[in-house]
Amino acid sequence: MAGTYYFVIVGHSDNPIFEMDFIPVTKEVKKEDNRHLNQFIAHAALDLVDEHMWKVTNTYLKSVDKFNQWFVSAFVTASQMRFVMVHDARNEDGIKNFFTDVYEAYIKLLLNPFYKEDTAISFPAFEKKVQLLGKKYLT
Amino acid sequence: MSSGRSKTSILDKPLSKGKGEVSLALYALLFSEIVQYCQNRSHSIHELQTKLSEMGYDVGTRLLDLYFVRERNSKREIKLLNMLLFVKSTLWKVLFGKEADKLEHANDDERTYYIIEKDALVNKFISVPKDKGSLNCASFNAGIIEAVLTNGGFPAKVTAHWHKGTTYMVKFEDFVITRDKCLDDR
Repeated sequence: MAGTYYFVIVGHSDNPIFEMDFIPVTKEVKKEDNRHLNQFIAHAALDLVDEHMWKVTNTYLKSVDKFNQWFVSAFVTASQMRFVMVHDARNEDGIKNFFTDVYEAYIKLLLNPFYKEDTAISFPAFEKKVQLLGKKYLT
Repeated sequence: MSSGRSKTSILDKPLSKGKGEVSLALYALLFSEIVQYCQNRSHSIHELQTKLSEMGYDVGTRLLDLYFVRERNSKREIKLLNMLLFVKSTLWKVLFGKEADKLEHANDDERTYYIIEKDALVNKFISVPKDKGSLNCASFNAGIIEAVLTNGGFPAKVTAHWHKGTTYMVKFEDFVITRDKCLDDR
């Protein structure tokens, strides 16, 4: 199911350490200003994510928020890093698999002794990997 | 530039358990170098323990996610006692091959817990001279525990002491205890 997806990894002080858009090729980029709106929506959903994560022990929190036609799904890792996805099409299984695989890639990145936790991720290999996963599960 | 074969990036390698065992002598050698490195750069016992603890902290941040995925199938912990049990049994077992001996709650202070083990593996080949009597190189382990707890959502301070073998005193922040109580009441 084609839809636009905005994925962000949020650190402990609500700082985004990694962001990526997945836009299907068919959709034209008509409204450029929607991009920063995604950041606002994701940020606003963080409170709800924090509330939910202390209630359940699973990592995938499904849909935590809805804003007009945008859904927000979240995933919390064992080290309290939050993966947030703003999307307009329902795709629970795809998003869940995407989150799980990105989590695995994130763990491998974390094992790098040169990478300090909670800092911005700027590794091209990681970006490529997330892009591949996005193509596989989200479009 | 072209090497003739495609390089697999580290991100493509599987997260499997690997061999699971490292030679003790090799580890003891590495640890002795770590202690010497920290000793050369510090002027007092307290500083040395702090430096060891910081190195342990770096190790601990990386262990947390890895072992949650490997050992517990990605089920997180939200309750304090379960988290401490995870540290005492699962984590200690994969790191040192055996569980820590005891987990106790302090009688007088609600925020303090003690993890006790008779022989810390890291201290096996270390003899502490008399003039540095209070030095316990298990501060490295204390750093690991502190990182695992703090990054797991239960901020705490962990210190290592000589008491019944090696005791790790875990002191949690106030809000952690309050939050845990609220979760229990719900």
